[in-house]
Amino acid sequence: MDFLNAFIALSNFVIIPAVAYGSQLALGALGVTLIYGILRFSNFAHGDTMAFGAMVTVLVTWLFQSWGISLGPLPTALLALPFGILGCMALVLTTDRVVYRFYRAQKAKPVIFVIVSLGVTFVLNGLVRFIIGPDDQRFLDGERFIISARTFREMTGLREGLAFKTTQGITILTAVIVVALLFWFLNRTRTGKSMRAYSDNEDLALLSGINPERVVMITWLIVAGLATIAGVLYGLDKSFKPFTYFQLLLPIFASAIVGGLGNPLGAIAGGFVIAFSEVTVTYAWKKVVTYVVPESMAPDTLVQLLSTDYKLAVSFVILLIVLLVKPTGLFSGKAV
Amino acid sequence: MSASVKNLILFATVFAMIPLIAQFQGWNAALFVLNMGLISAIMALGVNLQWGFAGLFNVGIMGFVALGGLAAVLVGMPVTPGAWQAGGFGIVASLFLGALTIGIAIIVAGRMAKGWTRSLVVFGILVVGFLIYRGLFDPSVEAVEAIEPALTGYLGGLGLPVILAWPVGGLLAAGAAWIIGKTALGLRSDYLAIATLGIAEIIIAILKNEDWLSRGVKNVVGVPRPVPYEINLQNDPVFVERAAGFGVDAVTASTIYVKLLYCGLFAFVLVLLLWLAQQALNSPWGRMMRAIRDNEVAAEAMGKDVTARHLQVFILGSAICGIAGAMMTTLDGQLTPGTYQPLRFTFLVWVMVIVGGSGNNLGAVLGGMLIYLMWDQGETIGLQVMEWITAGLPDGSAVKAHLIASAAHMRLLTIGVLLLLVLRFSPRGLIPER
Repeated sequence: MDFLNAFIALSNFVIIPAVAYGSQLALGALGVTLIYGILRFSNFAHGDTMAFGAMVTVLVTWLFQSWGISLGPLPTALLALPFGILGCMALVLTTDRVVYRFYRAQKAKPVIFVIVSLGVTFVLNGLVRFIIGPDDQRFLDGERFIISARTFREMTGLREGLAFKTTQGITILTAVIVVALLFWFLNRTRTGKSMRAYSDNEDLALLSGINPERVVMITWLIVAGLATIAGVLYGLDKSFKPFTYFQLLLPIFASAIVGGLGNPLGAIAGGFVIAFSEVTVTYAWKKVVTYVVPESMAPDTLVQLLSTDYKLAVSFVILLIVLLVKPTGLFSGKAV
Repeated sequence: MSASVKNLILFATVFAMIPLIAQFQGWNAALFVLNMGLISAIMALGVNLQWGFAGLFNVGIMGFVALGGLAAVLVGMPVTPGAWQAGGFGIVASLFLGALTIGIAIIVAGRMAKGWTRSLVVFGILVVGFLIYRGLFDPSVEAVEAIEPALTGYLGGLGLPVILAWPVGGLLAAGAAWIIGKTALGLRSDYLAIATLGIAEIIIAILKNEDWLSRGVKNVVGVPRPVPYEINLQNDPVFVERAAGFGVDAVTASTIYVKLLYCGLFAFVLVLLLWLAQQALNSPWGRMMRAIRDNEVAAEAMGKDVTARHLQVFILGSAICGIAGAMMTTLDGQLTPGTYQPLRFTFLVWVMVIVGGSGNNLGAVLGGMLIYLMWDQGETIGLQVMEWITAGLPDGSAVKAHLIASAAHMRLLTIGVLLLLVLRFSPRGLIPER
C-alpha cells in the first residue's frame, strides 16, 4: 500500500487534467450563460465562435513565429491572443448587426433565435474550414513542461512522476484572472450592474434608462473575449481542429445547464462538475488502485468505467439527470 | 395564379432537373439523385411534423436516421453462426440486468424518504448492478468479437427480409425519442434542442464503438436487398433479351432497372406517409397541434395536455426519420457509422423543411427533393466555380491551390447562408402553410 504514489498518480492523470479542462469548459460555459442571460437564447454558434477566435490567434501566432518574435518559455500564442480577441469581437458584432438584431427588433421567439444561431454555426464552421482547413494545426511553442515527470521523480525519489504542462498552468492561471475580472466587472462597475439589471428584469431596466443595444453590444464583446480565450487555451492544451469545437458544444451546454443557465457562478461550478466526471469516469484506475490495495488484491483489468470514446455520454447523462431532477440547475438559473 | 398551379410548377421544375442531370451525368446518376431525394423528402416530412406542426426543435435527426440504419443491419443481415451461443445471450442478459438496476434504483429512490440513507442505498444499488453488468457484459462481448473479426465479429441480424427493417427502424427511433422527449419536453424549448444534439452524438458513438452490435468503423457491408442484384439480371436471358428490345446493353439496363425498382418502393412509402401526414394535419388532432404551437397557454387553458401532445408528435416525427434512415441504408447496402455527419443529416434536413415551407407537408417534400439536388450537384458546381474564379491566378500558386482544396467547405457556408437568408426574407418558405 502506497498512498503517496497513489495520490501522485491521481494528481497526474486525473486532478490536473480535469482542473485544466474544467477551466476551459467554465470559460466556454460563461459565454453561453451570458448570452442566455442577456439575449435569452442558447447560442449554438458558441463552439464555432471559439474556433474562429482561436483560428485568428493561430494565424497571428504563425505570423509572429515567422517574424521570429517569441515569448521565450511561454507560447507565442499568448502574444497573439489580443489580436484573436479583436478579430472575434469584430466577427460577433458583425453577426449581431447582420443577423440577430433583426429578430430582436421583431421580438422573435427564443426558438427562432436558436435556429438562426444554427445557421450562423454553419457559416462560421464553413468560414473556419475554408480559411485554415479541417485538419489539426499545431501552434504551441516554448517550454512544454513546468515540471516534467522525470524531474519530479528525481526531485522526490518517488516511483510516480508528476508532469505539469505549461499549457495546464497557463490555462488555470488565465481562467482565474479572467473570472476575477469578469466578476469584478459584473458586480462593481456601472456597466456591469446595468447588464445584471437587464438580465434580471428587462422592462424595469428599460424604465430606469438602460440602453438595451449598448448592453447587448457589451455582452457580445465580453463573450467574444471569453470564447477566444477558451478556444485558444483548449487549442494549446489539446490541439486546434475545427470540428472538435463543434463537439465541445455539448459539454459546454451541459456545464451551463448543470450550474443553472444564466448564472455565471453556476457556469464555473458546472464546468468543473462536468470535467471531473468526464475524466474520472473514463480514466483507467488500475495504477491508482494497485497502489492502494494490498498486493494480492491488485486488479487485472483496467478498472475503467467507460471507454474514452464515450466521454460525450458522460456530460449527456449528467445533463439528463439535472433536467429530470432539478431543471433550474445547481445554482438556480433563470430558465425552467 | 392559384396556389395549386404554383405548386405544380414548383414540383415540375424540380422533377425536370432529373432528366437534365441525366443529360450530363447519365441516367444512373440521375436516378440515384432521385432516390436520395425521395428519402430526403421523407426525412423532411418527419421534421416538418415536429417543427411545422408543433414547433419542436430537434437537432438530433442524424441520430434517429442512424438508428434506422442500424435496424437495417439488425433485421436484414444473416445471423453470425455461433455468435449467439458464444456471447449473444450474455450480452442481452447483461443489458437487461443493467436496465433492471436502473429500474430498481428509480423505484427505491421513489419509495424511500429523502436523506443521506437514500442517496447511499441508491448509489450502492447502482454500483453493485454496474459491477454485475460489466462482469457479464465484457467477456460476452469479447467472445462475440473474436468470431472471425475480419468478416463478422458481431452478432449479425435476424436474416429477415430487409423491408421489415423500415418499420423496425421507425420503432427504434421512436424508442430513443421517447427517452429524450420524456426528459426534455415540458421544459424550455432550448433544452430539447440541446438534449437531441447530445443523443445524436451518443448514438453515433455507440455505432462506432460497439463492434458486437454494428461492427463499428469496420462497417457492415452487403446488407441484403429488397430488389434483384444487377449481376443476376445480367445473367438472366429473359432480361437481357428485353433490354436488347429497348436498345440498351444489359449492364446499363440492369443498373437502371434496379434503381427504378427502389424508386418505386421509396415513392410508395413517401406517398403513404404524405397521405397520412395530410390526414393528420386536417384532422381535429392537427388543428389541436397547431393551436398548441401558436399559443400554448391558451391551448392549456382549453384543457389540452401540451406536454403529452408534444411527446406524441416528437415520437412520430422521429419515427419517420428512422424509417428514412433504414431506407437509406438499404439503398446503400452498407452501414458506415463514420459517414454520419451532423451537417449532412441534421442541418441539411432543417434547411429542407424551412426552404420548402414549414407547416406544409407538400412544402417539406418539395424542399427535401430540391435541397438534396442542390447538395448533390453543389459538389461539382462548387469546384467548377472555384476553378473559374481562380482561373486568372498563375498555376502552382499557393492561393490557388488552397482555394481549390477548400471548395468542398464552401457547401457548408452556402447552406448556412441560404438558411439565414430564407429565415430572414422568406420565413414561410416556398410553399407556405395555409
